[in-house]
Amino acid sequence: MANKVLMKGNEAIAEAAIRAGCRHYFGYPITPQTEVAAYMAKRMPKVGGTFLQAESEVAAINMVYGVASTGRRVMTSSSSPGISLKQEGISYIAGSDLPCLVVNVQRGGPGLGGIQPSQSDYFQATKGGGHGDYHLIVLAPSSVQEMADMTTLAFELADKYRMPAMLLADGTIGQMMEPVELAEPEEVVFTEKDWAVTGTKMQRKHHIVNSLYLNPEVLEQKNMERFARYAEIEKEEARYESFLMEDAEYCVVAFGIAARVSKNAVVAARKEGIKVGLIRPITLWPFPKEVMAKAADRVKGFVSVELSMGQMIEDVKLSIECRRPVLLCNRTGGMIMSPDEVLNSIRALCGGEAK
Amino acid sequence: MTTQILIAGFGGQGILFAGKFLANKGMLEGRYLSWLPSYGPEMRGGTANCSVVLSDDPVGSPIVNHPDVLIVMNLPSLDKYEDAVVPGGTIFVDSTLIERKVNRQDVKSIYIPATKIAQQNGIPTLANMILLGKVMKETEFVSYQGIEEAVRSVVSAKHADLYELNLKAIRMGYEYQEQ
Repeated sequence: MANKVLMKGNEAIAEAAIRAGCRHYFGYPITPQTEVAAYMAKRMPKVGGTFLQAESEVAAINMVYGVASTGRRVMTSSSSPGISLKQEGISYIAGSDLPCLVVNVQRGGPGLGGIQPSQSDYFQATKGGGHGDYHLIVLAPSSVQEMADMTTLAFELADKYRMPAMLLADGTIGQMMEPVELAEPEEVVFTEKDWAVTGTKMQRKHHIVNSLYLNPEVLEQKNMERFARYAEIEKEEARYESFLMEDAEYCVVAFGIAARVSKNAVVAARKEGIKVGLIRPITLWPFPKEVMAKAADRVKGFVSVELSMGQMIEDVKLSIECRRPVLLCNRTGGMIMSPDEVLNSIRALCGGEAK
Repeated sequence: MTTQILIAGFGGQGILFAGKFLANKGMLEGRYLSWLPSYGPEMRGGTANCSVVLSDDPVGSPIVNHPDVLIVMNLPSLDKYEDAVVPGGTIFVDSTLIERKVNRQDVKSIYIPATKIAQQNGIPTLANMILLGKVMKETEFVSYQGIEEAVRSVVSAKHADLYELNLKAIRMGYEYQEQ
């Protein structure tokens, strides 16, 4: 582990973003993600980048909109209530077909909620969040290493598909430290995009970045084109991790911190002779539907483990077309289930004594 | 082998720092590990705790619900976590700050007046590291060898003058003999 350093998840996001060539960060402090901004404040000036603490979340996301329209890598980060404030800007960025990274280190809600970890922004992240027909690419890291790796991946996918990407983490993964190996810094080479607004220098036709289309026929066409791109993403970019699924008769589905807790429970259940495995969605949108559907051909039932009142469970049910029972094992409001609670749900699913 | 450690006490006692030392020590030994602080509206004098998991395999949950090793630096922490320790586990108690004994009979209990030793030796803020010295003496989940490098990796350049004092504190805990 010679090249590894011990870092908080939030710091890993910030360092990875800089190494991925991001030179513009706009944010507003909120627990439990403030280390992202603190790290950026320290590092950005040293690499010739911009760190700006905006007057509000709304201002920050609109600054992101501005930089994104020039084709440069740009990001913001916040936690649940702050992400709600950013939704208008995110919708505009999606409507303008611009790439950017939005990090949500989730805390308990609704409202101002609490500051402990949560996954209850799943619907908001995967089903739109702001107004209008659009999606974000949503990545769900479950380790500090993935906080770094998925930051890089999020920038790449956002650039590739010209759309905003979201890193949907939670307070635990943000606050915890683990050894992490960081990618070598990318040299910031700026390639002129054929859509970016960077000044024509009277050499070319001007580009327009816009999300306003008053002609409904044009707007419909725009949305159709965008969704054709989304269809391609759903086909190509769904990612997941499979754990002990080869001979599994039962399947646990969990992401982020809940997947870490679930892994302990799956190992414990195996010791009791229960053939159970885990599918961990890495992309929440696109949701790894196909692997769920295939699992449903073989397993007798599913448990959806999440830190919410049950949000991802809907995508699990849709993916398997309700062909198998899906139990919910959940805590909310900032509470995290113990491996024992997940184990009890697994036992209940397979008709064990702990129903 | 996986060892789950919970360190708990008041904010300001260096609970998180002690956990960071163990995490760095584990990393230098090539182990898998996680370090998770309690976070919240905590401040000096409030409660603080820190979960550290050290393992030969990738770490599953970083949240320690049932510690193998519990290190407590105040009474509320002993009251709160004593029953959570796994049978056969070990509880380290700063006996300067906690007057009562551990009630459980199925765990190993080790008492060291860390805060008193720290005060008597002019390092009042390093009772945490004295405790860790004792932990390394009584358990084997991290090695006492190589503490210098681990201390160097957790003491920031700004506080370089504290490097020797941290080492001194660990050594005092390691060499402590009950009178």
